[in-house]
Amino acid sequence: MTITEESGRTYTYDDLPRLMGLMTGDEKHGPAATSTLDVLWVLYDRVLRIRPEGTEDPGRDRFLLSKGHGPMAYYAVLAAQGFVPVDWLPAFGSYDSPLGHHPDRVLVPGAEIGSGSLGHGLPIAVGTALGLRAQRLGEPRVWVLVGDAELDEGSNHEAIAFAGPAGLERLHTVVVDNASASHARPGGIAARFEAAGWSAATVDGRDHEALYAAFTAPHPGRPHVVVARVESKYA
Amino acid sequence: MDTMRDRFAPVVTRLLDEDPRVAVVLAEIGRDGFGEALRRHPDRVINVGIREQLLVGAAAGLALTGMRPVVHTFASFLVERPFEQVKLDLGHQNAGAVLVSAAASFDWPAGGYTHMSPGDVALLDTLDGWTVHVPGHPDEAETLLRHAVAAGDDKVYVRLSVQANRKGRPVDGQHLRTVREGRSGVVVAVGPMLDAVLAATEDLDVTVLYATTVRPFDTAGLRRATESAGTDVVLVEPYLAGTSTAVVNDALADAPHRVLGLGVGRRELRRYGTVEQHVAAHGLDASSLRARIGAFTGLPAPA
Repeated sequence: MTITEESGRTYTYDDLPRLMGLMTGDEKHGPAATSTLDVLWVLYDRVLRIRPEGTEDPGRDRFLLSKGHGPMAYYAVLAAQGFVPVDWLPAFGSYDSPLGHHPDRVLVPGAEIGSGSLGHGLPIAVGTALGLRAQRLGEPRVWVLVGDAELDEGSNHEAIAFAGPAGLERLHTVVVDNASASHARPGGIAARFEAAGWSAATVDGRDHEALYAAFTAPHPGRPHVVVARVESKYA
Repeated sequence: MDTMRDRFAPVVTRLLDEDPRVAVVLAEIGRDGFGEALRRHPDRVINVGIREQLLVGAAAGLALTGMRPVVHTFASFLVERPFEQVKLDLGHQNAGAVLVSAAASFDWPAGGYTHMSPGDVALLDTLDGWTVHVPGHPDEAETLLRHAVAAGDDKVYVRLSVQANRKGRPVDGQHLRTVREGRSGVVVAVGPMLDAVLAATEDLDVTVLYATTVRPFDTAGLRRATESAGTDVVLVEPYLAGTSTAVVNDALADAPHRVLGLGVGRRELRRYGTVEQHVAAHGLDASSLRARIGAFTGLPAPA
């Protein structure tokens, strides 16, 4: 599926490098900028039930970008999907631009949270899931994207440890793992979530079909984490 | 007399019954008061465990879905420990909440410095858009809690303490209240400081203003008082001394004025004991206040 922008132009996954290039002036992008690209595309294109005209709809799915660093892929996907005008992209990071090097929910249409300081998205996502449950909004799902090194922050572990026993089924975390944490054990990420009672899947973060399958796997009564492994930041 | 905190759970339980937007978020502390509320509203009474970063972050998430979170724990663990969550998850996200603290500056002296938070209001002063209520009596606490929850999606801090005045006064969640009028200075007593201030200034010709809402500060009310009482202003605050000195300076920027900021000292006492002993150690008992206010206004205490 693709989405048509106001101008009538339709964007696909293949357009994303060019859209990112509008922000960076470069067709090549570092791993921090693109590690999230495939995850974001599959989520926005095939999984999340949100539309540019429905960003205030109480029944929408919520996507929270917690790892706000290197948001070019996020902005490119939001532009391709029609949330953000493509002509906003070239001014990225300038004084008058709504698009900063960390996103601000007050400025960016479709951004559910502002991020930049690590370890804030997952606790806010827990509260969002609790708020939707308290209002008997049965449908909306909550997604939060974190980085593997972001999990160093202890605030995440407060949220992980709570969400499992609380049975927050609508809560989903995707960990983009580019092996950027200085101190980590192989397999440690999924194990940590599983120990707290989460459903977990670890997949190739560049394989769209594998991502889609992991994103849509049933997980009754439990929150779900998808660890999306991509090439190492330091490789 | 019951304490402000004794009123907290009953008042908020009634608000949970009345308003489906209201949710209570706790981190173990205070949960015993919400047993019945939890049975009635299992999805709106949330205890996240001993996790204060999650406490504030989850409250922000609730607010982003349209709820009105009331968040409670000791001031040290509500404002100081998760300060970045207060700054970012509420402020930067443009999300509102009512933060209700207990334990104040030294409500539990035997608990030591880990449970003392004289700097909470000063910390919130580094942020934009916070309303700060400092009730001086359980009845006032009840009124101000209702004000706070009803304040749309505002960010509101309510500072509960075991320190209290003997009687409650009408409070409106906004204005200074004139308790005594004089001509030789203005003394602003904040919340539980009023009784001691009234005793200390009995023989002084000063105006006494009572403040239970300190942010935003009632600048107009202060200026009115200085018209007849002059621009020597003494602040007596139950938290860090001088917390409101800059606010008063700004209020009187166009007039020659002097400000004395009295309150809790910065120095860590490393003492246990009682609230009364800590009040005295910080020079906030009536006779210490009489001496300090008298010296400032040029009316030394009688020998």
